[in-house]
Amino acid sequence: MNSKELAWKIRRHGIEMTHLSHGSHIGAVLSVADIMGVLYADILRYDVNDEKAGWRDRVILSKGHAGAAIYAALAEVGFFDVDELKTHYANGSRLSGHVSHKLPGIEFSTGSLGHGLSAAAGMALAAKKNHMTHRVFAILGDGECDEGSVWEAALFANHFKLNNLIAIIDHNKMQSLDYCEKTLKLESLKDKWKSFGWKALEIDGHDHDQIRKAINSSDVDGPMVIIADTVKGKGISFMENDILWHYRFPHDGWEYDCAVNELHKCKPEGVADIYTPDGITDPCLPGEDADIGNDHTMSAGYHPTMFRS
Amino acid sequence: MRDTFVKTLIGLAEKDKDIELITGDLGFGVLKPFWEKLPDQFTNAGIAEQNMTTVAAGMALEGKKVFTYSIGNFPTLRCLEQIRNDCAYHHANVNIVCVGGGFVYGSLGMSHHATEDIAVMRSLPGVTVVCPGDLVEAAEATKAIVEYPGTCYLRLGRGGEKQVHTELSDFRIGKAIRIKQGEKIAVFSTGAILDDVTDAVVELEKNGISVEQYSFPTVKPLDQDVVLECSKRFDKIFTVEEHNITGGFGSAVAEVMAENPVKARLVRIGINDEYCTIVGSQKYLRDQYGFSADKLVKRILHEVDNG
Repeated sequence: MNSKELAWKIRRHGIEMTHLSHGSHIGAVLSVADIMGVLYADILRYDVNDEKAGWRDRVILSKGHAGAAIYAALAEVGFFDVDELKTHYANGSRLSGHVSHKLPGIEFSTGSLGHGLSAAAGMALAAKKNHMTHRVFAILGDGECDEGSVWEAALFANHFKLNNLIAIIDHNKMQSLDYCEKTLKLESLKDKWKSFGWKALEIDGHDHDQIRKAINSSDVDGPMVIIADTVKGKGISFMENDILWHYRFPHDGWEYDCAVNELHKCKPEGVADIYTPDGITDPCLPGEDADIGNDHTMSAGYHPTMFRS
Repeated sequence: MRDTFVKTLIGLAEKDKDIELITGDLGFGVLKPFWEKLPDQFTNAGIAEQNMTTVAAGMALEGKKVFTYSIGNFPTLRCLEQIRNDCAYHHANVNIVCVGGGFVYGSLGMSHHATEDIAVMRSLPGVTVVCPGDLVEAAEATKAIVEYPGTCYLRLGRGGEKQVHTELSDFRIGKAIRIKQGEKIAVFSTGAILDDVTDAVVELEKNGISVEQYSFPTVKPLDQDVVLECSKRFDKIFTVEEHNITGGFGSAVAEVMAENPVKARLVRIGINDEYCTIVGSQKYLRDQYGFSADKLVKRILHEVDNG
């Protein structure tokens, strides 16, 4: 399976999983889908029959709320049965909303932001001490960079020259309640990482060639961060850049039907959709009162007097 | 006690190259022997306990046996979620070492008093809580936790503790140590308060009170057998800890006694659910808060006389 096919399947699974589970964070699943697709199709070394092989590359999805994306990737490449994806959030399931290491192929449980880069740094340091050559990847959110512990880890990885560590930031410019810039200013994110001593690249996080090229250019001296410019909700027009879809799931009716059919419009040839093989033939369409294109950010309705000059 | 820990750890780490020590930029004059002798097994993570703790988890998941080192509340409360999610939940062999349990850094003020750490660490599933009472217990505990599975919390004093035991041939995690047999009451303690407790027991004996004394170097898992056995034999059990009585060692003993048919009444001695606002040495503060040897004698005599 190539990276385009895998990324499409991650998106399709993501829609189905959140639809069935009434789960949150489809916007983040869609923004990180291309990064996960490229990693698992083209970059990572792993053996699905020997998940603890010492030579494998390690991956930590530090933005654990996008767990559906890594679950979908792992199931598609064969770590566990694709059917299990349907149990996302369900009673007795292994697929918690946030990433769980109880699943094969998952290195590290996350869900509280700001932990993954430190764990990756520890793994990278241990790999160096053990004279091993695998790489360690940590995928972070941009909002996650509000956490001070991210910057503790950034100092640490630079100081100990962890050139086997690659951080990828899913820079979709939005966090829980609003745009990042309207929450806690992060820009220039690249300059911040550079000033912490990291090699920092900015790329289009939906361009698979750019993702591959960036990962393969990792520095020889120290850690590298790839700031992947992405769109929250990428691939579903009415979800894109709308904070509503940080938490909302695709409901029965036009939301689910239109999401599926939009994906079908760009389905790579030969890829099978196990849920709706031909898309939805008689879809519900949004009515005039559909909540599309409205501003749901906090700043749209928050006007404190202390900032007035 | 901290020097005993470092000396013991060096001996272990020389033989086992998977042992790693990470400090949160503390240990001046203490850790130098380690970093000079074993530089490839040492890391200074800087003043960044959250990162230090999760780095340790990451290393442990790669097969290392990691010790994190800091003082007071810094290696525990400052990075509690990292201990919970990243170390304990992942069953990572991370041994969290606190130098300065209780009032060791008394004069430095409330920020440096580790007085709720046992309660907090004890409440985390998968965390073993070890509070050695003297230098011999500290050495044995260090040896024991290296191979003990999962995450451990090792709460140390600082320096100058008395050696109570001459040797311990059968130190085991989860086992209390009987220091002396007695007939009238039982006194349990955990951690470095053992020296004051031992002095108090001598004094109580002089006052005609026959005391059975135990040191509990492990608070979790607690030695329930000793608690239950003493609960049946004695009318009164006293617990002593340099820690808040809420949630700590005395609470752990109370939990066992409350759920079993026992005849003993429990008296918990420690800090009575307050922050220490008095400035002073460890010795001074132990006295102010009622668990110096003198105060222990008075309190226990009072409790014995007043049924």
